[in-house]
Amino acid sequence: MITGLKPKHQRLILVLIALIALIGAGLLAASALRNQASYFYVPTQMAEKPPAPGQAVRLGGMVQEGSLQTLADGVTTTFVVGDGEATVPVRFAGILPDLFVEGSGVVAEGRLDAGGTFVADNLLAKHDENYVPRELQEMTEHQKNQVVAETEIGA
Amino acid sequence: MKRWILWVPLAMFFGFCALFAYHLARPKTEFVASTMIGRPLPEFSLRAAVADRPALATADFRDGKPRLFNVFASWCIPCAAEAPQLEMLRRRGADIVAVAIRDRPDDVADFLSRYGNPYSRIGADDLSEVQLGIGSSGVPETFVIDGDGMITYQHIGDIRASDVPVLLQKLEEAR
Amino acid sequence: MIAELGLAALWLAAALAALQLVAGAFAQRDGTTELAGLARPAAIIQGVLAAFSFLMLLILFAQTDLSVKLVAMNSHSAKPMIFKLSGAFGNHEGSMLLWITVMALAGALIAAAERRLPERTMMATLAAQAFVGLGFYAFLLFSSNPFERLPQPAMEGMGLNPLLQDIGLVFHPPTLYVGYVGLSVAFSFAVGALLTRQVTPDFARAMRPWVLGAWIFLTLGITAGSYWAYYELGWGGWWFWDPVENASLMPWLAATALLHSASVLAARDALRAWTIMLGVVAFSMSMVGTFLVRSGILTSVHAFAVDPERGTFILVLLSIYIGGALLLFALRAGTVSEGERFSVTSREAALVFNNVMLSAILGIVLLGTLYPLLTEAFDVRVSVGPPYFNPVGAIFVVPMLMVMAVGPLLRWRQDNIVRIRLPMLIAGGAALAVLLLVTVTTNIGILPLLGLALSAGLGIASFMPLRGRKLRLLPLATWGMVIAHFGIAVALFGMASESAFSEETLAAVEVGDQAEIGPWQVVLSEVRPTAGPNWTALEGRLLVSYKGGTSKEIDPQSRNFWAPPQETTESALVTRWNGQLYAVIGREAGDGRWQLRLWWKPFVTMIWYGGILIALGGVLALIGRLFADLKRRAVKLRGAERRGLSVRNVEPRDAGA
Repeated sequence: MITGLKPKHQRLILVLIALIALIGAGLLAASALRNQASYFYVPTQMAEKPPAPGQAVRLGGMVQEGSLQTLADGVTTTFVVGDGEATVPVRFAGILPDLFVEGSGVVAEGRLDAGGTFVADNLLAKHDENYVPRELQEMTEHQKNQVVAETEIGA
Repeated sequence: MKRWILWVPLAMFFGFCALFAYHLARPKTEFVASTMIGRPLPEFSLRAAVADRPALATADFRDGKPRLFNVFASWCIPCAAEAPQLEMLRRRGADIVAVAIRDRPDDVADFLSRYGNPYSRIGADDLSEVQLGIGSSGVPETFVIDGDGMITYQHIGDIRASDVPVLLQKLEEAR
Repeated sequence: MIAELGLAALWLAAALAALQLVAGAFAQRDGTTELAGLARPAAIIQGVLAAFSFLMLLILFAQTDLSVKLVAMNSHSAKPMIFKLSGAFGNHEGSMLLWITVMALAGALIAAAERRLPERTMMATLAAQAFVGLGFYAFLLFSSNPFERLPQPAMEGMGLNPLLQDIGLVFHPPTLYVGYVGLSVAFSFAVGALLTRQVTPDFARAMRPWVLGAWIFLTLGITAGSYWAYYELGWGGWWFWDPVENASLMPWLAATALLHSASVLAARDALRAWTIMLGVVAFSMSMVGTFLVRSGILTSVHAFAVDPERGTFILVLLSIYIGGALLLFALRAGTVSEGERFSVTSREAALVFNNVMLSAILGIVLLGTLYPLLTEAFDVRVSVGPPYFNPVGAIFVVPMLMVMAVGPLLRWRQDNIVRIRLPMLIAGGAALAVLLLVTVTTNIGILPLLGLALSAGLGIASFMPLRGRKLRLLPLATWGMVIAHFGIAVALFGMASESAFSEETLAAVEVGDQAEIGPWQVVLSEVRPTAGPNWTALEGRLLVSYKGGTSKEIDPQSRNFWAPPQETTESALVTRWNGQLYAVIGREAGDGRWQLRLWWKPFVTMIWYGGILIALGGVLALIGRLFADLKRRAVKLRGAERRGLSVRNVEPRDAGA
């Protein structure tokens, strides 16, 4: 048993364990953040430098006019998101936000599949005119479109 | 325990403070500047939003006279805050037209009776089509349109008293 | 008139806080001067005045006095009374007034009731409390005056946003605020103790009820907030790692750590500097969280309500308070004498381990929350979500929970692992059995699997401290610990079960058609339009039956608000003892079919029942501690009377922790 150790050493052991745990937490967090943070893409960036298939990212852009289609199952929707320079086909199974219409802005959370289609898990649509997501500014620096969307989850 | 460890929390905290200060110091990054500046107004023709002001269409801008184009809504609080400044602009000779975004005639009339009506024409933009078309991302926003229907300047957010001379200046430049 | 009264009371309260600061500070110089006698009365009157000021604001909102700017901006004459009143603190200015009111009342309570600490430490604490208070008074009076009048009274208020008229939102912010502010008392105690270098078990005992109280409110606030997000957002999730949620989770983590380290300090006079540190950190997290949310730096809040001046003010306040306290800590903590020693196998060591793990989790959440800010400084935009928080957090949660199961069985100071081998074997065996059983019968992810196994082991282990004890004689605080730990196991079971066994289906069904989800049959019997005061909605009528039993009607809605334009999904729930059916209706698919999204979430409600159990454990512990304190004081007084001794420093050791 450790009871043979001097108290000073016991204290040192505790401090060491604490330090190792905290440093481990820091390193772990740093590496996880690098891999797990989901980056924001616009179609031009996605065309030039696509993320690895399966990596969680966000895609922001305009829903192209005339591209919105509901598949035969009634719940899967496909549409094309563009930024005036490039376009990305998107597939989404779920309930569309009501303010989601062709020509409106959208931020989609999801991943690219092997075939280059963006599979969205979530569509973040806007629910207040006075709100503008900061993420979208990056977009407007890149292209000529004006997008209004709300990326807030709520609360 | 080593003494220097005691300083780590303080150092970390000041790191956070620097980060916050940096973000505070950045200009209001929520603002999205319109890319339509320097381009002509898109074609549109809206019905009148209230009974006592005429409707608004692109053709109304092509009479050689520069105008202020205000994007507002009765449900928007900053729009009420900028009402006195709009009134001041009107008294100093600015012609102000507006679109009411996703609004009901009764609500608009109520809003105007409460906060004043500086507008010469008000169109009803029920689907935000015109708003999106001119590159506005929120309410309120105010654009300067020259006599040929070109967008020359965009002001984002409510008009404060200090913005009034700026807008008058931009109107003058658009002449 | 009422507004002016409120404002005057606020100014007076600020003046009294200044007096309290001066009096408390002077008392540090040469013991008790005449001025020092003013600190306690000043704190009490300050509390009364702040409460009076808040009452005036409530009256203004109740009357819908539209000549007051805040009322005109945030209220409406047609609102129900409860929402008029909640509107008073549902905005920036009102919530700051609520904050300062709770803080002043807490200060008044310590001044009136706390008699354990040496007078000098007490004075330093009151001075620290006044110092923190003064900053918030200044913030309120100079940059966010809630009583500001409009030049012309408004005709009608602007605050008829129906989305904010939710009973959950009425109670949620004040609950969290009481929690945050309770931690301000712990902060003041920590600063006071640092100033006088008197870090004693008495200090921990004085601080503990405040930490416990704050922790109970935070627990309830987080639990309620999670349930609100669950039913209101219509996504079926119960935690989104949203900055707003993280802002309430971080103080909770720090408070949990503080609660346990204060127990070690109270019972064993160890972990002195660490407890002080946590006292500072817990309140700092509350302020940082509030700052992040309120300043609009992190979340994209109202674009035109973000005022850089206010943001700067808060930042300056933060750097003075947190920076000052941490500086004081760096300077003084080295001179706080070392506490009692303990062995690596002892209850202290287990608590230290959990403290370290909690701190690591806190750091992980903080990093994840701030990371988008950090990368944005380099013009890279990212969002950090569950793929980061869940696995990285779990690496520290799992060992923490294991030690948590064992810790309460260990003796203070020094123990032998062999002594507790039987309970360890039982709990470990249960966990292992569940692990094997679940691995064999189902195929679920590693995290939910570990969660289920741990919840079984922890659930059993949490009752082990009762073994061999006379239950009627057991202190209330021990019952509290048992129930709170069991609550953690229950919540963990809910989380793991929700994540492992939830079934989800997305179907397009015609009216009259049936969809199946898990053991449920769902028939869409009708879709009808419906309308409220300023919304229209499509309402689906669903007839649902569990395993072919009698059917029940639920009505999910897809609502559209007109002004401001907003769309919400109103989910519909059916709760059974073993889970919840969650239904959302979407739009028409285009061919007469309607989109339905259905979830069957087995035992999901355990998450919130667990949260309630945790808070209940806290309440029991708080009651137990308060009664024990009262009894101790009575014994001490009697003893002092008999012997004619001074009242101080004759307390018995703390019974348990």
